[in-house]
Formats: sequence, C-alpha cells, structure tokens
Amino acid sequence: MNAELPLWEVFIRPRNGLAHKHAGSVHASDDVMALHAARDVYTRRGEGVSIWVVPSAAMTASDPSEKDQNFEPTASKIYRHPTFYEIPEEVGNM
Amino acid sequence: MQDRIALLAIRLADDHLVLGHRVSEWCGHAPVLEEDLAMPNIALDLIGQARSLYAYAGEVEGKGRDEDMIAYLRREREYTNCLLVERPNGDFAETMLKILYFAAYMEPYWQAMTGSKDETLAAIAAKAVKETAYHIRHAGEWVIRLGDGTEESAGRMQAAVELLHPYTAELFENDDLTAELANAGIASEPSDMRAEWDRTIGAIFAEAGLSQPDVPFPHSGGRNGEHGEAMGFLLADLQHMQRTFPGASW
Repeated sequence: MNAELPLWEVFIRPRNGLAHKHAGSVHASDDVMALHAARDVYTRRGEGVSIWVVPSAAMTASDPSEKDQNFEPTASKIYRHPTFYEIPEEVGNM
Repeated sequence: MQDRIALLAIRLADDHLVLGHRVSEWCGHAPVLEEDLAMPNIALDLIGQARSLYAYAGEVEGKGRDEDMIAYLRREREYTNCLLVERPNGDFAETMLKILYFAAYMEPYWQAMTGSKDETLAAIAAKAVKETAYHIRHAGEWVIRLGDGTEESAGRMQAAVELLHPYTAELFENDDLTAELANAGIASEPSDMRAEWDRTIGAIFAEAGLSQPDVPFPHSGGRNGEHGEAMGFLLADLQHMQRTFPGASW
C-alpha cells in the first residue's frame, strides 16, 4: 500500500493571520487526492481556511538522540526571551 | 401551486435521501480510512439536503407531515427518486461513478435554483451548490484515476460506465410538474442541465480514457414510483427503525 498510497503530512491554517500548523498525516496516491483526504479527515469541524500537504518523504527531521546538543543549551540563555519589554496590543498574534 | 412545490421538493429530496443512504452503506467498509471519512461526509451532505427539502415540503403541503414522516413512512410506489440513485453500490468504481453522474446533474440544477422565485428553495440551493461542487471534484478525481489506472481498475471503471449509463437519461426527463414550475420561475426543467452535464462528464471521461456507450433503451420510471428490485430492500433497511418503533427519535 505504501508504494501506491504514500504518506503525506498535513498542515492547516486555522484562520487568517496565523501560520499553518501540522495537523497529522494521510495516505493518498498524489497531491490532489492528498488535499481531498486532508480536507475530509482534518477539517470536518471547521478547523481551517487553508491546507498544505507535503510528501512525508520530503521532510527531514532532527535526530531524537541529538536532542541534548540541539536544545538544551538554550535553557540557560534567558536574555533571548523578549520578556523585558511590552508588546503593544495592536500588534496582535506574534 | 403550493402542492406542486411540495411534490417537486419531495422528488428532489427522494433523490438525495436514497443516494445518501446508498453512500452511507460504505461507512466502515471503504478501502482506506481517508475514504471512510470522505464517503460518509458526502452521504451526510446528501441527507442534509434531503432533510431541508422534506421539511419544506411538509410545511408547504400543510398536511401536518414532518420530515421524518415523509422520509420514512411512505410506500415504495410513493417514492419518486430516479432509478440511478437506488442502484446497489456495486464496487468502489460503480459508487464513485454514480455519485459523479448525479452531482454533475445537480450542480447546474442547484446553480439555477439559487435564482428561484421561491426563497426557501433558493436558500437550500445556495448551500447545496458548494457541497455538490465538491462531490463532482472528489468522485471525478477517482473516476479519472481508476479509468486511467491499472488494467484492472480501468476495466472495472468502464464496466461501471456500461452498467450505469443507461440510467442517466432519466435525470433529464421533463414532465407536467417540471414544466409548470419552470413557467412559474421556481425550478428549471431537467433537460436544461444536459449540456452542462455533457461538458462535465466529457472532460472527466477524456482524462480518464473512458467512453460513453450508446444506450438504445434507457431506463426510466422512478419519477412515477416504478422502481427496480433493489428499492424494496433499500426501504426495508431505511424504514426499519420507524416501522418497528413508530415516532422514535434520538
């Protein structure tokens, strides 16, 4: 089944102004059918206004075993967090 | 005129209820999970359209019947759906083709009905036209892929065409009721949809490598309540709960 119906990753944008977020994955024969499947599986309750589908094979993921070297050093760098000034309300989603 | 509008609404609703019921039979049996959600989605669209039409028919005929009474408590001869929609599902190719044939007819029909002088029908049409456009796209993409797929899928798709094509002419039949309502500006004549249907099906078939067979003797009779053998079994299934527990509701 994997050769005929490869896996696609589905990204959904819930409303204008927000970014697409990963929603899950579907099996489909090609991009058009993947979009249909994503629409039917992940937007049944009005979850989105836009869908992206990407072949799972085209994604490169970080190695879980490299978690420490990738992410731990940031824990001690609080100066990277923008907590020292206030964001005006009009800016909206950041 | 009110009773004529009710008759038309029931005729349209019967088409949608019966096809919706057929498509719902796939629930839990579709070949992959994605399609197992897509098909009930389509079935629910169709049954939702049927509900709006039955409820409106009950209102305008003024006999105190609600949507459930009209949908569940009539006899076979009183159902006026076309024969195409009551056909057993057959394989996946056959079901997809049946959805496509019907949606390709309903899309221009609903489109025209958005301009109806009857405001309720116009509102039902405005909602249905978007759902129907998606049915054409989804079923159409499958027909293209199966028709242009493997030897096995192409053979099954062409067999489905041979089987169902003789039921399509009935969609475009006019009669006294459709003529009267067309004159009153309430609904279009079914024959007006022919050109658009031919365009939709022609484009999809060209891509799918399918050919439309000649049909010397098309099937007809559903509009007069003359149904095929499959219809009685369908109604037995559909009406079972209401017949066993009259007035049951969720």
